Amino acid sequence: MIDLLAIMVDWALVIEKLILIVIVVSISLGVAMYSTWAERKVAGILQDRPGPNRAGWFGLLQPVADAVKLFSKEDIIPSKANKILFVLGPALAMLAAVMTSAVIPWGDKITIGDYTVSLQIADLNIGMLYVFAVVAMGVYGVMIGGWASNNKFSLLAAIRGASQNISYELAMGLSLIALIFVTGSLSLKDIVVGQQTNGWNIIYQPLGFLIFIVCAFAECNRTPFDLPEAENELNFGYHQEYSSMKLGFYLFAEYINMFISSVIMATLYFGGYDIPFFNEAASTISPNIIAFLGFGALMTKAIIFVLIFMWVRWTIPRFRYDQLMNLGWKSLIPLALVNMLITAAVVLFLKLGWPF
Amino acid sequence: MQALTNRAKQVDRSPMNFWERMYLPSIIKGMGITFSHVFKKNPTIHYPEQTRPFSKVFRGLHVLNRDEEGRERCTACGLCAVACPAEAITMEGAERVEGEETLYREEKYAAKYEINMLRCIFCGLCEEACPKDAIYLSETFAPANFNRKGFIYGKDDLLIPDPNKDPEGYQKAAAGRVREKVDVVETYSKPGSNS
Repeated sequence: MIDLLAIMVDWALVIEKLILIVIVVSISLGVAMYSTWAERKVAGILQDRPGPNRAGWFGLLQPVADAVKLFSKEDIIPSKANKILFVLGPALAMLAAVMTSAVIPWGDKITIGDYTVSLQIADLNIGMLYVFAVVAMGVYGVMIGGWASNNKFSLLAAIRGASQNISYELAMGLSLIALIFVTGSLSLKDIVVGQQTNGWNIIYQPLGFLIFIVCAFAECNRTPFDLPEAENELNFGYHQEYSSMKLGFYLFAEYINMFISSVIMATLYFGGYDIPFFNEAASTISPNIIAFLGFGALMTKAIIFVLIFMWVRWTIPRFRYDQLMNLGWKSLIPLALVNMLITAAVVLFLKLGWPF
Repeated sequence: MQALTNRAKQVDRSPMNFWERMYLPSIIKGMGITFSHVFKKNPTIHYPEQTRPFSKVFRGLHVLNRDEEGRERCTACGLCAVACPAEAITMEGAERVEGEETLYREEKYAAKYEINMLRCIFCGLCEEACPKDAIYLSETFAPANFNRKGFIYGKDDLLIPDPNKDPEGYQKAAAGRVREKVDVVETYSKPGSNS
């Protein structure tokens, strides 16, 4: 039995996937690291001040300095806190944030010799559902961390965060159902390939995209929906009792989430690794170069979305909690439902003709 | 009630109409406003490299002045210590002996001269009291130290550089710190002369 298993393991595949995982995770972490710098720089520019400019050229070493600071601080676990859950909280938040990147197609195939590597860790046929499952797991990070702190402000913030994420996941899912009607597949790879031939989904689903981006803001706990971290209401939110790198993990997970949701928005609605105004199939350039250019296109789109996230954060004030719930349940969900029904009718009409 | 300015606006508490409830128009408007700040001039003064010009009457940390030949002007008369409302200045006088003419301007000099910068209120009364133009308030400010002892400035902290040993430093100190008293007096006397 053991011998049989040993024979059946394709070591080349295992190594390929391991390398891919290392690269993808380090890219996500690197982008998240520099998002913290970019966030403060964007805030500075929008508020007519320079932003971080002391550590290194243009303050580019600021994230390194922050990491050193966070690592060297005293790591405190409150005496009344639940110690296991207290440590589990940031770990879960970080895990859920990084895990989503597994199903994203970061580019087309590249060929080394006669070995073809697909620039995607796992092409699941239910990729979208996987993303949803993992994102939903991210709520546990907030919830467990807030509860284990044994602090009423943390708990309030955690409850807010959990109910907000659950409310907005509904509208997000409904807006995606309409998208899936159009693409006919749950696999992210298929969605991107479909967009390369048919044009980007934003043309077919503008309202769906609007609902999706609003829900993405809420899922990432970003302003104007940053109620779990409302400083002036809840001191510091669910990570009030955290210090040192545990706090760092929470903050870092937020930025990874932001980057990943930007990548997902780019993949679902803006063609993923599709290079705009360029026909990949008909070009004579080597496919390896096209794959890298495609990866560059995806990253550019994602970074534009990250910058929009920041731009919105430094523009719009926070919603009140009842306004948040009203917007989620009374506006976005009905809108998403209408969008879904209309899309379904149009898709059926195009396929079968009137009267279906 | 009469309004103080004409900028007051009545708060509109009527319920939002459909256009306003969509939030999007005002969000886009707001984002336009923040984006316009990308092109605006940054008013920041990068402090250690750039500094704001001081007012002519700025009163910072004290310096003890020298004359052009590098001799200390202070004669330890004690008028500054008497004038000081915070009793921050202490001194000990000594008599100049043969051969010290290049060091001290007059026959008596301050052997010890201390200002407690924690007590000092930077009122400038010492500067006004001094008959020998020996003490001035400079444009240096914000001293930092690790213990209270460090804030008691002795003669070596207060004296400006010797023009014989460090002419550049003397020029800098004399130009920056030793201000023309005439100017200051003029600025002050102008409103008085009008009335």
